[in-house]
Amino acid sequence: MSSAKTLLEVCDVAKEFDVSRPWLNRVLEGQDKQILKAVDGVSFTINRGETLALVGESGCGKSTVARLVCGLYTPSRGSIVFDGVDMAKVASDELRGLRKRFQMIFQDPYASLNPRWRVGKIIAEPIVSHGLATTRAELKARVGQLLTQVGLSPLDADKFPHEFSGGQRQRISIARALSSNPEFLVCDEPTSALDVSVQAQILNLMKDLQREFGLTYLFISHNLAVVSHIATRVGVMYLGRLVEIADTRRIFTRPLHPYTQMLQSAIPDLKMTGKQRTPVAGEVPNPLNPPTGCAFHPRCPHANERCRRERPNMIEHPESGQVACHAVEEGRIDIKIAA
Amino acid sequence: MTTPSVPLLQVKNLRIEFPTRRGILVAVDDISFEIAAGEVLGVVGESGAGKSLTGAAVIGLLEPPGRIAGGEIIFNGKRIDNLGFEDIRKIRGREIGAIFQDPLTSLNPLYTIGRQLTETIETHLALTHTQARTRAIELLEEVGIPAAAKRIDHYPHQFSGGMRQRVVISLALAANPKLIIADEPTTALDVSIQAQIITLLKKLGREHGTAVMLITHDMGVIAETADRVAVMYAGRIAEIGPVAEVIHHPQHPYTIGLMGAIPSVGDNHERLSQIDGSMPRLTAIPAGCAFNPRCTRVNDVANHRCTIERPSLLPAGKTRAACWLHDRLGQQSTAINQHTVTV
Amino acid sequence: MVDLMRRFFDSDIWHSFKRNPLVIAATIAALICLFAASLAPWIAPHNPFDLKTLNLLDAFSPPAWIAAGKSEFLLGTDDQGRDVLSTIMHGSRVSLVVGICAVFLSMVIGITLGLISGYVGGALDAFIMRVADIQLSFPAILIALLIDGVARAVIAKENHDQVAVYVLIFAIAASGWVQYARTVRGSTLVERNKEYVQAARVIGRRSLAIMFSHVLPNVMGPVMVLATLHVGTAIITEATLSFLGVGVPPTQPSLGTLIRVGNDFLFSGEWWITVFPGLALVILVLSINIIGDWLRDALNPKLR
Repeated sequence: MSSAKTLLEVCDVAKEFDVSRPWLNRVLEGQDKQILKAVDGVSFTINRGETLALVGESGCGKSTVARLVCGLYTPSRGSIVFDGVDMAKVASDELRGLRKRFQMIFQDPYASLNPRWRVGKIIAEPIVSHGLATTRAELKARVGQLLTQVGLSPLDADKFPHEFSGGQRQRISIARALSSNPEFLVCDEPTSALDVSVQAQILNLMKDLQREFGLTYLFISHNLAVVSHIATRVGVMYLGRLVEIADTRRIFTRPLHPYTQMLQSAIPDLKMTGKQRTPVAGEVPNPLNPPTGCAFHPRCPHANERCRRERPNMIEHPESGQVACHAVEEGRIDIKIAA
Repeated sequence: MTTPSVPLLQVKNLRIEFPTRRGILVAVDDISFEIAAGEVLGVVGESGAGKSLTGAAVIGLLEPPGRIAGGEIIFNGKRIDNLGFEDIRKIRGREIGAIFQDPLTSLNPLYTIGRQLTETIETHLALTHTQARTRAIELLEEVGIPAAAKRIDHYPHQFSGGMRQRVVISLALAANPKLIIADEPTTALDVSIQAQIITLLKKLGREHGTAVMLITHDMGVIAETADRVAVMYAGRIAEIGPVAEVIHHPQHPYTIGLMGAIPSVGDNHERLSQIDGSMPRLTAIPAGCAFNPRCTRVNDVANHRCTIERPSLLPAGKTRAACWLHDRLGQQSTAINQHTVTV
Repeated sequence: MVDLMRRFFDSDIWHSFKRNPLVIAATIAALICLFAASLAPWIAPHNPFDLKTLNLLDAFSPPAWIAAGKSEFLLGTDDQGRDVLSTIMHGSRVSLVVGICAVFLSMVIGITLGLISGYVGGALDAFIMRVADIQLSFPAILIALLIDGVARAVIAKENHDQVAVYVLIFAIAASGWVQYARTVRGSTLVERNKEYVQAARVIGRRSLAIMFSHVLPNVMGPVMVLATLHVGTAIITEATLSFLGVGVPPTQPSLGTLIRVGNDFLFSGEWWITVFPGLALVILVLSINIIGDWLRDALNPKLR
């Protein structure tokens, strides 16, 4: 599957968190250990220059995937291969070299910048940490250049984060991420804390930067409209698993998995004012106690005995992408074509 | 007292101030709107635009040091902005219900939802305890909580996010209010749950004839739910009108920019139209039209009027917009000093 | 620097300070104590430790405003003819040095352990916190007494007086670090999960660098409040230990030593020997506590 085009290959990655009560309480109350399977066997690849978006509702594990890819968590199982190098097997000094090639942009622009540091120092941190500038003057020039690239002024380097609005802070965050000249950016809901008009600015900026520097994005979002705008491919996650992954166009025009169809129909549509949404019944089950078989079966209108019993595997769909659904495999679903 | 022509809620020239030691911040500056009985008015705007404060002022829940510094709020023909704490408390809950963003903080975690519901019902309606409980179960059934008779004795933490928001809605509806202030009721919820809650709100509004003031930053929610929409910017109403008109034929440059900035599924992958800059801080609201530093059409109005004189809401298309571009009379004077809005 | 001054005078803290007369009074009182104590050798009217200037004929002279008092001894003299005002000034000096040094040492120990505990977590966190729990179940005085006792057993008698102050500082510091460790650990747990720390980790900064350059500046607010209040407590602890006779030696008396020595004469009518050092202690500690309380409220955005 890996080819010269592939930048990142995530193979059957899982992450479990131990969310049990403390040992003493557990013993006294006779409880078992509780393991939360935040991510349970996710595989995908990202090609150079493309944007893969992961979408899903809260608790589906999309942010955990982002943090696994960035090395903030170590996977409980599976491998993450960046440009042919398995991140789990690499020596620590080589890992440092790899680190400057990928960076992360976070959701909350109010929490992602150290409130006690000046903007210039914040942006310079990766440069200093990776030894990318030799003199102070060079460092200053580079910070100024980065600030200009994200639409701020080099003079802003002397200010503190609290002097900026949410959108401006997210620009600072992007400048910091770009400062080590990375090829790959992991963006965890970068616009969900922003207002719409500012969101548009940031999305446009991210697209411009992608074109200019040939960046590759892993874009995490719960907002399908944003995803349809920025992504080349989309992966849909539900309860720690990928249920469908395909080209953006295909996902939005011919969603195959019943969950993707549900998400697609739940997008508020501005163009059809007054249209009745078809709300899907039920809610995401407790991830501590996920349903057997296909995790979506309790909410799925097409579920049958096999869905309740057997976990579906990802299968290649003849048209594009992959989907994990027994009903699709057996041809039990008539595929809706969105207008 | 009330005739059909009198709106349920009238807000006239409302002004909300925050005194700070660096001076008085005007968070809501001279806004006027009305809500008719049974109508859903959407109030949309970016964070800090003053939309939530407006809602809080209507139910008398403005947090100090915030204060109403001018204008009137008339509910059901009676002025309510100058009522004492006790009087406004009687109206709140009984005649005006409230739904907030975070369902967890609106419910007391120590009491069962049944107790919270029956207490609210008994406070506002002359019912016995048994009757109140029956009514509580009815309410829970109405908002779509399965096995309501059993779940009434559960605590808030035993409900999921979407179910909790349904409980909050049932609390707001408990005394059959005429108006519900819903402040970001779906923001904390997942998309699939959002759709459920919006459908529920619409259904209840229709069945009970309850008017709703729906405060949100999400234009999609407004599009699906509201009859009319007020677009707020920097503490002022930029545009107000029927929802379809505002969405399809926006008249204020801000609304036009806002509509272009919303990504929607199915467009091609071109750039979104963006409004450069950001909303001014309350400490630095520019003179004239608050939007003028970001406005692309500021030079289309003669004599730098946008930077000098604040526009009031003017008829524009089928909506009303606070923009000098729509000053058809072309008057230079300040003779137009009309604030009441009727659409 | 000018920029820093301007920011200070424009800050909420400064404005809150200006509107609080009690805190202003306490600050003035604390500053006077600090000033008098630190400059005692130069500004004290007498040198109570210079035996040549002492005259036993001056002993037990009451305060100046009492008929039998002498104008040169404003607050009277003790049994050896030492000027009480001067001994208070020198005594405060010892008390403050011990208090501030002990607090500083506590802070260093507590902050380091708290940061490590909160940031690293796991078994190390559990271990440090259990040690803290055990430590907390002993009264501070008992720990100080234990350390002092061990020191007395280990160090030869003739050397003991020289190291007494250091032992005292260490004893008080050892009984106070838990508060810092707990506070810092709590704040660190919050800060550690903030995205700016995660960003630093993605950049590839080492854990120690993240702890001290990112987390530490953001957890210092509550620590400063704690430290201010702790200076007051440490001075009291020092006074208590000295009063019990296990603190500083009488050759370099602290306020506690003075109170103990004066206590012997309380019932024979020479009340000034113990009351004035006591009063000085109360004023010093009270003003520090008032400042600390105000600082806690001023730094807490919820109460503003």
